[in-house]
Amino acid sequence: MELLASLGDGFAVALTWQNLGLALMGCFLGTIMGALPGLGPSNGVAILIPLAFTLGLGATPSLILLTSVYYGAMYGGRISSILLNIPGDEPAMMTCLDGYPMARNGRAGEALALSGIASFVGAFFATWGLVLLAPQLVKVALLFGPAEYFALFALAFMTLGGVSSTNQAKSAFAAALGLGLAMVGVDTQTGVPRFTFGEVHLYDGIDFLVAIVGLFALSEVFIFLEHRGTDKDASTAPKLNIGRITPSWKVLKSCTPTMIRTTILGFIAGVLPGAGASLGSFISYSMEKKLVDRDNTFGTGDPRGVAAPEAGNNAAAGGALVPMLALGVPGSGTTAVLLAVLLSLNITPGPLLFTQNPDVVWGLIAALFIGNFMLLAMNIPMVGLFVRVLMVPPRILMPIVAMVSFVGIYGISGSSFDLMVMVAFGVAGWLLRKLDVPLVPVILGTLLGNAMEVNMRRAVTIADGDYSVLFGSWLTLALWAVAIIGFVLPIFVGGVVKARMRGAAQREAAITD
Amino acid sequence: MSDRIFGGIGLMLSLLYIWRATLIPDSFMSDAVGPRAFPYGIAAVMALASIWFLIKPDPEPEWPRLGRLAEIGFAAMVMIAYAQLLPELGFVISTAFAAAYLTWRLGSSPLQSVLIGVGTSLGIYAIFHLVLGLSLARGPLGF
Repeated sequence: MELLASLGDGFAVALTWQNLGLALMGCFLGTIMGALPGLGPSNGVAILIPLAFTLGLGATPSLILLTSVYYGAMYGGRISSILLNIPGDEPAMMTCLDGYPMARNGRAGEALALSGIASFVGAFFATWGLVLLAPQLVKVALLFGPAEYFALFALAFMTLGGVSSTNQAKSAFAAALGLGLAMVGVDTQTGVPRFTFGEVHLYDGIDFLVAIVGLFALSEVFIFLEHRGTDKDASTAPKLNIGRITPSWKVLKSCTPTMIRTTILGFIAGVLPGAGASLGSFISYSMEKKLVDRDNTFGTGDPRGVAAPEAGNNAAAGGALVPMLALGVPGSGTTAVLLAVLLSLNITPGPLLFTQNPDVVWGLIAALFIGNFMLLAMNIPMVGLFVRVLMVPPRILMPIVAMVSFVGIYGISGSSFDLMVMVAFGVAGWLLRKLDVPLVPVILGTLLGNAMEVNMRRAVTIADGDYSVLFGSWLTLALWAVAIIGFVLPIFVGGVVKARMRGAAQREAAITD
Repeated sequence: MSDRIFGGIGLMLSLLYIWRATLIPDSFMSDAVGPRAFPYGIAAVMALASIWFLIKPDPEPEWPRLGRLAEIGFAAMVMIAYAQLLPELGFVISTAFAAAYLTWRLGSSPLQSVLIGVGTSLGIYAIFHLVLGLSLARGPLGF
């Protein structure tokens, strides 16, 4: 009952004209960004963060805008998967497998509508999952002291590489790089400058927004410069006509059990640290293929093969918000970016958020419910509009992305120095991507580095300099155990999972070509 | 080979980091841990990861040819120049140049590039400054 009352208060917050307008704008922009190859949820949200700040929006409205973009991008990713066989973002990769064959069979509109409904089912029920699960997790988190938080941060970093990671050393390197960057600036505990090389601009530390926009958005521009005119160039794919954009009841009915199962699975994948939406859609698809693919129709345009990954990845997107809001520890790239928003607004996510800023949490959750209905409306009757956006070639799009990034960062600080740091991060991001070093741990490191250090120092100081306090309680030991399992497990199974994800996508490409 | 070079650079970076960390001065305020312990830990993780790259490198990534590498370098230089010129020339002029350069390098014809550059610049100016009221860099001409 208490939950429903909180949720009711949330709707009171979300149902203002400003917040509704922002949710609508976020859903619209998010769908576009998801649909455009090269712009995914994390860089889409990243380039809009500065905008939210410079517009002077408060905490709740900014968060509503940006999470709407996040949900929208999750919906939008499927559009180019289905029409062009190019995933609009990584989680939409699995949607190519059956979506594109459906489009080739002249059922593009049906695939779009069905995947829109599947996205809605996944996201809607995952938001309910968020409502139910997050307050429970908060109760656990209230037992956490500094030592437990330190272990929790370690857990986040060690599991972030995820089950699909092939090289844990590279994840570890990325996390260390991010943490190292976070140390730059004046030490909050003792007031001495660290790693500033006497540069006054660095005394405040490196702004993580600069790092995020550089690593995610600018590095994408460099990737496009590298691949221009080659077969990896997305602008040369053929176009298709869409056909009817309503699925028949028969198809919908046959897909319902699939959607229910994959929603649950995707949500769990989203909540678990280090899994995220890509894995959610992957395991959803694989499970459904095992369960219901009796006639071997998966991969040839089976509607259930479209519904499964879409419900899975949207459910995972909702699930990933649970640890971010309840613990302050994000489990995926985009939630890391959303955490950056909260931190910049001087809101500390975690258990206290639910007691100190209930309006932010419940307003956000209510906005997600509303946003879901807006997205359903946008993604079925109005899907043609987004299809037209796909015609914008990267040679026009990418300069816009770059320039909007510059505008945003300059709008926050008004300093050329920050812009140059951002370019440096862009080049570094390109280089790290070439070397297969994941970028998300770098971001998470710059975001959480200071909090992690503060908790470690607080714990040890309380214990009079005794470092064993970091392993001193059952809770810390449990967290460390999960962290170690999460780090070691991918070394044995990671290569297999990733190879299968890639293999599935490539086999499919070979068949349709 | 790339991974080995990367590991070498990473190892040097971590040593450099440890060296810079030893130079952090002590303060009159101090806790039991001090400002140096955590950076040492980070550098240790980085060093271990780098040594791993040296021992067990991944397969070679697909590096672009020298021309493309220069392409990326030039684009980065144009962006640096943009950062420097923005306060001098103002938003509209510098953005038009930078956007025109990028779209030209991404495959637009020269004439198109000029049009797209100017269009991008004016479009962003209209939406972000005139509609949303963001303050953008002002040049000598007032925009």
